[in-house]
Amino acid sequence: MNPITLSRWQFGLTTIYHWLFVPLTLGLGWFVAYMQTRYYQTRDENYKKMTKFWGKLYLINFAIGVVTGIVQEFQFGMNWSEYSRFVGDIFGAPLAIEALLAFFMESTFLGVWIFGEGKVPEKVHLAAIWLAAIGSNLSAVWILIANGWMQHPVGYAINEVTGRAEMTDFIAVIGNPKAWVFIWHTLADGLATASFLIIGVSAWHLIRKQYTEVFKPSFQMAALVGTIASVFVFLGGHTMGQYMYEAQPMKLAALEAIWETEQPASFSIITIGDLTGRQEVWSLHVPYVMSFLACNNFSCEVKGVDQLQTEYEAKYGPGNYIPLMVVTYWTFRIMMTIGFIMMAAAAWLLFAARRAGYENAKWFKFLPFWAIALPYFANVSGWVLTEMGRQPWIVFGLLKVQDAVSPNLTILDLWISLVGYTAVYGILAAVMFGLMKKYAVAGPDAAMHESVDVAPSLLGAQD
Amino acid sequence: MSYEFLQTLWFILIAILWIGFYFLEGFDFGVGMLLPFLGKKDEERRAVINTIGSTWDGNEVWLLTAGGATFAAFPHWYATMFSGFYLALFLLLVGLILRGVSFEYRSKNPDPKWRNRFDWMIAVGSFLPALLLGTAFANLAKGVPIGADMNYVSPNGLAATLGLLNPFGLVGGLTTVAVFLLHGANFLALKLDGDLRERARAISKKLYFPAALMVIALAVTSYIYTDISTKIGIDPGIVPIASAVALLVSIYFINRKMEGWAFITVSLHIVLTQVAFFMLMFPRVMISSLNPDWNLTIYNASSSQYTLTVMSLVALVFVPIVLVYQGWTYYMFRKRISAKKETLVY
Ligand code: HDD
Ligand code: HEM
Ligand code: HEM
Repeated sequence: MNPITLSRWQFGLTTIYHWLFVPLTLGLGWFVAYMQTRYYQTRDENYKKMTKFWGKLYLINFAIGVVTGIVQEFQFGMNWSEYSRFVGDIFGAPLAIEALLAFFMESTFLGVWIFGEGKVPEKVHLAAIWLAAIGSNLSAVWILIANGWMQHPVGYAINEVTGRAEMTDFIAVIGNPKAWVFIWHTLADGLATASFLIIGVSAWHLIRKQYTEVFKPSFQMAALVGTIASVFVFLGGHTMGQYMYEAQPMKLAALEAIWETEQPASFSIITIGDLTGRQEVWSLHVPYVMSFLACNNFSCEVKGVDQLQTEYEAKYGPGNYIPLMVVTYWTFRIMMTIGFIMMAAAAWLLFAARRAGYENAKWFKFLPFWAIALPYFANVSGWVLTEMGRQPWIVFGLLKVQDAVSPNLTILDLWISLVGYTAVYGILAAVMFGLMKKYAVAGPDAAMHESVDVAPSLLGAQD
Repeated sequence: MSYEFLQTLWFILIAILWIGFYFLEGFDFGVGMLLPFLGKKDEERRAVINTIGSTWDGNEVWLLTAGGATFAAFPHWYATMFSGFYLALFLLLVGLILRGVSFEYRSKNPDPKWRNRFDWMIAVGSFLPALLLGTAFANLAKGVPIGADMNYVSPNGLAATLGLLNPFGLVGGLTTVAVFLLHGANFLALKLDGDLRERARAISKKLYFPAALMVIALAVTSYIYTDISTKIGIDPGIVPIASAVALLVSIYFINRKMEGWAFITVSLHIVLTQVAFFMLMFPRVMISSLNPDWNLTIYNASSSQYTLTVMSLVALVFVPIVLVYQGWTYYMFRKRISAKKETLVY
């Protein structure tokens, strides 16, 4: 493998890994803050138990989000130094602002929340969890502004002398419409991910008829939030399709595997093709739907990959501008299918949970696994689609991935770091998964009384 | 605001971020390294961790912000330094990962083996960054092989990474470890109560002379390995002397068990040493060991005037706010911590 491939693997792996923990942090923070607020208002012990129980899971997840985030912050310079030189002027700004505005807030107040109970006034303790939740979501806003610029560069000019991109309009960069559809879709996705985790874990306990005073209200709250959030995820996704139609038509064509321009365009529910996707073996298409997804209009033209390739070559010079179709096509299908399932499932649960004895139903048994797993598949698919659909560009239309990589790294450097991260992250995942499971299964009592849970003495240090 | 003024301002701001990071994470790293040695029983270890429990993450953000600010204000500095120190930074990140998760996960299982393992991970995860940062800063002062295109000329690889461990780099790394240990011990004496406080004082006393020796070694080797005797950025004047004096008088306070003053004087030493480093570098941000024309300076490594202006406005508004609430958390948690089970947060 060459340095570019290795760097791409490493970036993809570490970023997806970071992203496995982020959506839950984004969404669960709001839940915990709300539960604690309810306790503060009503003094109902059940709310306190809910806060403690979900708060524990929140913290176990948060820890990995933080440490993997540090790697992200450094990787641009370490592996993509030419990229950093080219875009630092613009891309560095939201990254620095993220640290200053969001990371400080989130880490400082989370510290106050963890260690402050009984030590700081109760109101301050409550404010701390809200500020931590706001901080996390603010951090998402800024990083998505940075990523939005890579997908759809605005507010810049290329300096003729240095060849670098320079910022000309900061307001345009933070107002980038592409970034704001990302933000909308992603923040809603955080809430949906957290809702489905709560649904799944609650169902597991409700089946066993334990701690119902905690898990019934949790379940209902999550079903409600999950329904609303899933609808917003869908609406955001639909809007993203329309921006893509304008800004990245190649990605749009690739996620549908449309080779030839169609007007009106049909939507492929499933297409079995050969690996290049060019040869169609069998397919199921719904007419007009793709046109609607792309431009809110049932008859517009959706350009095909072949035509776009010709247009791009004329504009950017010879080269291959077609992303890996198998990946874009299937990741989009996975995400979208899950999106519809989630919307339907959450709405159905909201309705079903009003009837007595719903937790005895047969279908309830499947919830714990599927509810928790589904959003994760959609999350990863969504980002792989976004990032790989942008290929071969790292900054759309301006810089290609092959020109972005650090020139001084050797294959050995990259193998060491790639293997190292994979090993460390793999172990972390196992530890964290074990802990999540332990605390999720143990129920709220364990979370309430953790300080009792102390080892008598450490190795070789009896007194 | 003129371009040159903005470039200078951002050099100063980034210097402040690094100085703040050294001061704050300096004692965090010190506490982390001392943890397995100072705490014998579980409550004691928990008490030691809790002295930094609520604040270490906020302190680490100083590093993230220094990284982000360098990216935004001096993209070439960020690109050259981070790709140049590739494997060293990778190790540093692994250290920070181990340390960060251990704080959260160590108490999640009552098994003594489990806890002991995470405690050692905290210690190693504090030692590695301290050593590597010291080594990296020493090499920055000494100069690294930067070519005309601002990249390292030689490919990276193991040889180049081991090259960072030249005598001067090694002295820089070990000095940083020693001073952070001392800083951490003073901090612990200030934050802990009872028997642990006494032990922290005793450790501080033991650590003083090795740390002072390392600092002297660093000062001497600087004259050999760097160009401070011939070419300096800004004449640092009395800063290095003040820094030495601060360290010198700290032993008086350590012996007198005046841990507040001991902490302040060693902190001053750390801060002033960093100040001297940045004064010597200015206006260079990275020195090329091959040709002075290939140095990265605040003039050839910076972002455009527009970006610097925008970032200055953002910093002007938000840096004071951050400083206020971070300071406030230290005030909130100012009470001494004792190793009594009932009072400890796990
Ligand atoms: C639980 C997670 C989840 C669910 C159910 C969905 N998405 Fe999504 N999607 C994401 C999670 C996600 C994501 C991982 O968060 C992405 C990656 C980048 C982003 O901002 O969001 C994303 C990206 C993304 C993109 C790529 C944007 C671009 O590259 O410009 C499109 C077009 C959609 N989504 C559309 C949809 C549609 C039509 C859905 C149908 C309901 C849908 N998503 C459900
Ligand atoms: C957390 C969610 C994210 C995930 C899961 C993700 C995933 C990926 C993946 C899978 C790749 C490899 C694509 C390929 O090599 O073909 C990639 C590349 C990349 N992504 Fe993202 N990404 C995420 C967010 C971001 C953000 C927020 C940014 C910028 C702020 C970003 C910047 C990049 C860069 C610079 C590359 C390297 C170039 C490349 O190989 O395409 N990513 N990402
Ligand atoms: C590749 C680009 C990314 C970079 C450089 C990055 C950087 C970081 C860093 C440095 C941290 C640790 C902060 C601390 O110490 O408290 C962090 C955590 C976090 N990041 Fe990322 N991040 C990236 C992608 C994303 C994306 C795409 C999102 C959300 C949309 C996100 C949201 C968060 C959140 C919510 C946290 C808080 C802790 C947690 O994840 O559990 N990050 N990130």
